[in-house]
Amino acid sequence: MPSPAVLRLNGINKYYQVGSHRLHVLRNVDAEIGDGELVAIMGASGSGKSTLLNILGILDGYDAGEYWLDDTLVRDLSETQAARYRNRFIGFVFQSFNLLPFKTAVENVALPLYYQGVSRRTRNRTAMQYLERVGLADWAEHRPSEMSGGQKQRVAIARALIGKPKIILADEPTGALDSETSRQIMDLLAEIHASGITVIVVTHEADIAARAQRIIRLRDGKVEAQA
Amino acid sequence: MFSADRWYEVLSTLARNPLRSFLTAVAVAWGIFMLVVLLGMGKGLRNGTEKSFSDDAANSVWIFGGSTSQPFAGLPVNRRIVFDNDGYEAVRRVRGVERLTGRFFARGAMFGNELQIRVGAKVSSFDVRSVHPDHLYLEKSIMVAGRFLNDLDVAEKRKVTAIGAPVAEFLWGHTDVIGQGLAINGVQFQVVGLFTDEGDAGELRKLYIPISTAQLAFNGADRVNVLMFTVGDKGVGETAKLVDDVKGLLAERERFAADDPQATRVRNNLEQYATFQEIFTIIEIFIMVMGACTLVAGIVGVSNIMMIAVKERTKEIGVRKALGATPWTIVSTILQESVFLTAVAGYVGLVAGVGLLELLAWVLPKSDFFSDPSVDLTVGLGATAVLMVSGAVAGFVPARTAARVSPVVALRDE
Ligand SMILES: Nc1ncnc2c1ncn2[C@@H]1O[C@H](COP(=O)(O)OP(=O)(O)OP(=O)(O)O)[C@@H](O)[C@H]1O
Ligand SMILES: [Mg+2]
Repeated sequence: MPSPAVLRLNGINKYYQVGSHRLHVLRNVDAEIGDGELVAIMGASGSGKSTLLNILGILDGYDAGEYWLDDTLVRDLSETQAARYRNRFIGFVFQSFNLLPFKTAVENVALPLYYQGVSRRTRNRTAMQYLERVGLADWAEHRPSEMSGGQKQRVAIARALIGKPKIILADEPTGALDSETSRQIMDLLAEIHASGITVIVVTHEADIAARAQRIIRLRDGKVEAQA
Repeated sequence: MFSADRWYEVLSTLARNPLRSFLTAVAVAWGIFMLVVLLGMGKGLRNGTEKSFSDDAANSVWIFGGSTSQPFAGLPVNRRIVFDNDGYEAVRRVRGVERLTGRFFARGAMFGNELQIRVGAKVSSFDVRSVHPDHLYLEKSIMVAGRFLNDLDVAEKRKVTAIGAPVAEFLWGHTDVIGQGLAINGVQFQVVGLFTDEGDAGELRKLYIPISTAQLAFNGADRVNVLMFTVGDKGVGETAKLVDDVKGLLAERERFAADDPQATRVRNNLEQYATFQEIFTIIEIFIMVMGACTLVAGIVGVSNIMMIAVKERTKEIGVRKALGATPWTIVSTILQESVFLTAVAGYVGLVAGVGLLELLAWVLPKSDFFSDPSVDLTVGLGATAVLMVSGAVAGFVPARTAARVSPVVALRDE
């Protein structure tokens, strides 16, 4: 792969303490993802996909190994540092959208900029641009409860993009959508990828994964094969 | 910390659950309201009582003659003790006695000394007090015209009198009466002074005449029924010692046992005053504790409700963290919410409490028990500080809980 790696995982191990039992969720995971790649992560339920994605998103820590993000070793960060990295480098897209229900679409999209200290006016103007980009300018003043699943996911994608992240992490972004809507969301993610942003998608669906440049398969917390 | 944006977030959070915000606010407002009202009432009680003390000098001691309950030097019990002019002179020389007056009861008893007063055809009866000049200081009479009795009046047994304003009003219909004559039980006196008094109205319906004149005119020989003196700025302990000295002296002169509790009756105003002060301090501390408890209950209420709110917003907090909210932004937003809510609610309680006190001060008649309920400015300022701190304390635990929300756990799909 000619492009330099934006993420590098060396022997990542992750355990969860369940009662007195220590669950080994990720076992010596090695992976390298290049700048501007579109990668799918697949695997059976419980294989550790979400856990891996959370570590990549610095929402969760790991017990052994090294995680390099853009040549910075991400380990034992303070919560505040982690928040800064997430805000600047990473955009999240979730299966259940995770929009704030009491905020309008434009306010939801603008939220990451609030944590960057951008003024309200600029924030909302920028948020409008991103809503336009996902084709929902007319829905700016609507609350999530008034929107369809596909629309909500597009709002969420606009929100993930507004902070100009290097990486978009999507955990089963189409898991709650019908196949036609799923295709549209995938189109949108592909478009984002085409604009040069690294996109990592966790999915169960083969046709979604088929659109990735590369698939990382997990089985019982181990990387099975990369194709 | 106080950016307009933050305020927008805080206010919209509070507005999202208006009923809950309102109920929380009521708890705090009630706490502050109770604190203010109770403190104000306590103050009113203290004011009222202090006013009733302001009738007489607070640092005064009265010694009445009684009758003996113990035999002494072969003398029998139940002997009546009455002081005399020489006794008065002797007490006058006791170190520590500041102002001294005797009182002679023309009718032999403390009360019922009304004598017949006549001016021309106008006749009435008023209480006549036969005293020394220092009585002015003991009763805290305030001269408004002329002068009080003086030493020369006493020495020369002059037939002069100082009268209360209502007496003059009654007898002459006006108060421009210095130099006028009046008859007390048929004996002609000249008015030399007009006084007023801070005590109750009864204190004004009096006439003062020199004790020596009264003893002569009303068959008093050299009897003195009460000795009254002030003790300067002595404390309770020193005063008690002085009282013992004076009692000892009188016991020697009148030949009774110094420790005979019935031979004399002592009214120690200083001691009473100190006791009252103590009682009020205790009442105030009690009120403070009560009020503080109410306030603490309010704070715990705020804290609980904010805690519930934080729990309900776990998912929201998780989302915000994923999007880049630092723990500090989350903590400070919740603290601001809490301080704001407490401060506004507390202020409402404060204003309502002060309002009620003002109303009470206006509606309730001033009495010996209750007068001018109020909270002073320091209490108000203190309350503001307490509110701010309370808000912060109330928000602390919920804020910390919020900051500890793990985004992974909060965002996990059920
Ligand atoms: N906080 C946690 N505490 C304990 N065990 C956990 C925790 N989170 C995940 N696990 C366990 O770790 C393993 C991996 O979970 P993970 O959510 O990463 O799986 P997944 O591949 O995303 O599955 P799915 O496809 O169902 O989303 C599972 O066995 C899960 O039960
Ligand atoms: Mg998962």
